[in-house]
Amino acid sequence: MRMKNKLALLFVSCVMSQLSACSSLAIEPWVKPYERQNLADPIMSNNRHPIANMHIAHVYEARESARGAEAAGGGGCGCN
Amino acid sequence: MLKQQVGAAVVVTKANVIVFLLLFIAATLGSVNAAVLQPDRIDVLYHSYNGGGMDIDGPAILLRKKTSETFAVSAYYYVDSISSASVDVMSTASPYAEKRNEAQLGVEYLHEKTIVDFSIKQSDEDDYLSKSVNFNVSQDTFGDLTNVSLGLAYADNTVKRNGDEFFEEQSQQYRLRAAISQILTRNLSVSVNLEAVADEGYLNNPYRSVRYIDNDQASGVAYQGEVYPNTRNSFTTKLSASYYLPYRAALFFHYRHFSDSWQIDASDVELSYRHPIGESFELEAKVRYYQQTQASFYSDLFPYKDAQNFLARDKELSEFDDITLGFGVTYVIPAKYSFADLKSEASLQWDHIQFDYKNFRDPTAEGGVGAEPFYNFSANVVRLFYSVYF
Repeated sequence: MRMKNKLALLFVSCVMSQLSACSSLAIEPWVKPYERQNLADPIMSNNRHPIANMHIAHVYEARESARGAEAAGGGGCGCN
Repeated sequence: MLKQQVGAAVVVTKANVIVFLLLFIAATLGSVNAAVLQPDRIDVLYHSYNGGGMDIDGPAILLRKKTSETFAVSAYYYVDSISSASVDVMSTASPYAEKRNEAQLGVEYLHEKTIVDFSIKQSDEDDYLSKSVNFNVSQDTFGDLTNVSLGLAYADNTVKRNGDEFFEEQSQQYRLRAAISQILTRNLSVSVNLEAVADEGYLNNPYRSVRYIDNDQASGVAYQGEVYPNTRNSFTTKLSASYYLPYRAALFFHYRHFSDSWQIDASDVELSYRHPIGESFELEAKVRYYQQTQASFYSDLFPYKDAQNFLARDKELSEFDDITLGFGVTYVIPAKYSFADLKSEASLQWDHIQFDYKNFRDPTAEGGVGAEPFYNFSANVVRLFYSVYF
């Protein structure tokens, strides 16, 4: 099982190395920098209100079993 | 048998983490310029949670400040004042009140297209102390259409039990994260987040009990302490999408799937919508649905004492679902009314969460042992905060 995990991690790391290598090969971005004003609008920010995101992530983590893959959360129990 | 299952897969090991990080750092070297650090800001929050016999509220403050174009510091302080008479507490113990303080300090460093951040955190209660460190690296690539990131965290926890000065247990938690964000069109970006979490040590709640049938008791039921496994490994995948609507509004979607070595499978899906009105107001609405299966060692009522190796009756480990409806409004305060003419905003967010348990019964209700109605409750969560950008 541990060998399997190591192989999986190596595979992901190699893929990321290749992705990074590609960035230096001058691949044309299909959305040009000047076409990104909509995505750069503050209303599109997932982290528009970071302090509120941290709070709601903590509320869910204390009441539900699922955890992880959130930008924020964790910290203490508060679970009685 | 059960012990073997829960102890089997060690997802995060030190060797794996080091190999992964070294390869990632090697992969990110040699890139050229563009990323920026987040703007300076301070947020002051009042939060409140009310539901299921629990009242929790308190303040929080978050400060981010760039000391140069490449270096930023952050500080976060959060307080929970808890007054609890929840169904778990009322069935076997007395209501209680306590306070939790959380403090976090972080630094961020930007080098060309790479951002490295490091933070330390401490969460402190009468009977629980958690200290953690967190490290994250993110990298823009593919003409900045793609961002990849990797992170890891370690937490060391001390668990105590009020009223029992000799009780002290330890647990550790390891987290390994990876994420990729991709701009797909001029209006759509998507991301995938993965996280593996491994816990080891004392993972019980030291106050909670399970109940079992005991015909020697007048009530027909007796209680014994919970027994959890000493390890827990979980893996979570989250898919997200953000879409810009042509009339300047934003639509967000996410789906998350979770599974762990306690055989809990959970998923949640959320859709939210943000709509500005004029220059001053922004409205938000969201709906979220969550559901989970029970832990393999959970039972609402065991047939006899010590019925199995591991025993739990935490409602958080039972099968249940919950649905959240949330609304928020942000008011962008005109500079002339704002402190020192800085841009600032005031926000109010309210979430209503309805929890419905499928195999956790309310032991305080009528109906006889094992035939009480299934438990449910709703909670109201409020956040009122003020943000200043400087």
